[in-house]
Amino acid sequence: MRNTLLLAALVFFGSVTPGYGKTDHYVVVVTEPFLELHTGPGRGYPKFHVVDRGEQVEVLKRRTDWFKVRTERGVQGWASREQLSLTSEPDGVPAQIVAASRQDYQDRRWEAGVMVGDFGGADVLAGYGAFHLNRNLSLELWGSDLSGRFSSGWMINANVVHQPWPEWRISPFVTLGTGVIRVEPQATLVVTPDRSDQLAHAGAGLRMHIARRFMLRAEYKGYVVFTSRDENEVIDEWKAGFAFFF
Amino acid sequence: MESRLRLFLLNGLLLAAVIVMAPGCSRVALTEDPRGANPVIEPEVDRREIRRARIDSENLEVGAYVGFMSVEDFGSNTVYGARLAYHITEGLFAEATYGQTDAGKTSFETLSGSVELLTPDQRKFKYYDLSIGYNLLPGEVFIGRNRAFNSALYVVLGAGSTEFGGDNLFTVTYGAGYRVLLTDWLSAHVMVRDHVFRTDLLGEDKTAHNIEFVLGLGVFF
Repeated sequence: MRNTLLLAALVFFGSVTPGYGKTDHYVVVVTEPFLELHTGPGRGYPKFHVVDRGEQVEVLKRRTDWFKVRTERGVQGWASREQLSLTSEPDGVPAQIVAASRQDYQDRRWEAGVMVGDFGGADVLAGYGAFHLNRNLSLELWGSDLSGRFSSGWMINANVVHQPWPEWRISPFVTLGTGVIRVEPQATLVVTPDRSDQLAHAGAGLRMHIARRFMLRAEYKGYVVFTSRDENEVIDEWKAGFAFFF
Repeated sequence: MESRLRLFLLNGLLLAAVIVMAPGCSRVALTEDPRGANPVIEPEVDRREIRRARIDSENLEVGAYVGFMSVEDFGSNTVYGARLAYHITEGLFAEATYGQTDAGKTSFETLSGSVELLTPDQRKFKYYDLSIGYNLLPGEVFIGRNRAFNSALYVVLGAGSTEFGGDNLFTVTYGAGYRVLLTDWLSAHVMVRDHVFRTDLLGEDKTAHNIEFVLGLGVFF
């Protein structure tokens, strides 16, 4: 009986005690005097447990800047990134838990954002995804929804963005691109034919890194629409919004 | 005499060439260690393989909701929609929603009996929004003695587009919601949201408020 219990205990603790490489989770050792565990992923949630120095914890998951951990005794709670980043791996190397810093911001690969503004008198709501080739150059794909008083429509654009000073907190950029626009008249007005046209645009704007993965962005773009009529149409667009990188 | 001069010049050129080439040559000579092929001590240190387990980030929340939506002048009906949220910090999140409902009849249509202002297709009310939200009041709720759930009262502000009555209307949305985390990955929501746009569907240009009240579920991954 005792042997069975011992075996059961071994199996139980064997699965909980995180030997390095034995578990699928990242394991760290508390090296500061203690590590505080909160009941939820936020600074306001009460602390209900303290892990002592020398104890190992398994990092189960991350939500924003909070980490759900499990202690050797099986207690589960949320630890802040600030405290968890002071722990170390079982072999003494500092834990690889870092905040999304200015460095990450400069080295970001993917970026997505949403902006609203004015497109030649119409309201524009636009979303974009960007891929950064290097610190200076990136490629962007935009989808824009246009709602005007007399017509509405949508626009798809691809463009190249050059950021000459990526290390600045408020960093200017210039852009050049091309796309298509489709304009449909509002139903309550006299029927005019729908139009699809090609366009090209050039623009400039500012990006500002706020914190962690979050940034603000504002920009101007000048569009030239190659209409089927004799004259090309020139449209100004101003918009502002937010973006995050990952 | 001429040949001696030529020899002198040739020697000078050779010397110059040697001086220029010398650093390069000496570098070549240094790297060609005669013992290079069989070093005296064979390093027998095995490179330790470091495999760091990845930490699973769960910042995305995807979900669906159902409830009632009141379309100004066109009555209330069931609304259903989908929602995707990305949690940027513990307070801040970005959110995309898509929903649709069927607008009813205006009181004028009901009273007159036979008048139809919109076609059935134009009565479909579809919207999408992109919003930014903030967990204004995070907290815990208790059910009974032994159960505690994390919760948050949040506010959202966003912009989007509404397709209604044959028009695409630029829409501003704002609202508040209450989220309870049933488990670490499953959330339940109660949301109230106002969709505001300018419309001239009934003749005069006016601001229309379309309020929805919904219940939803979400999954973090």
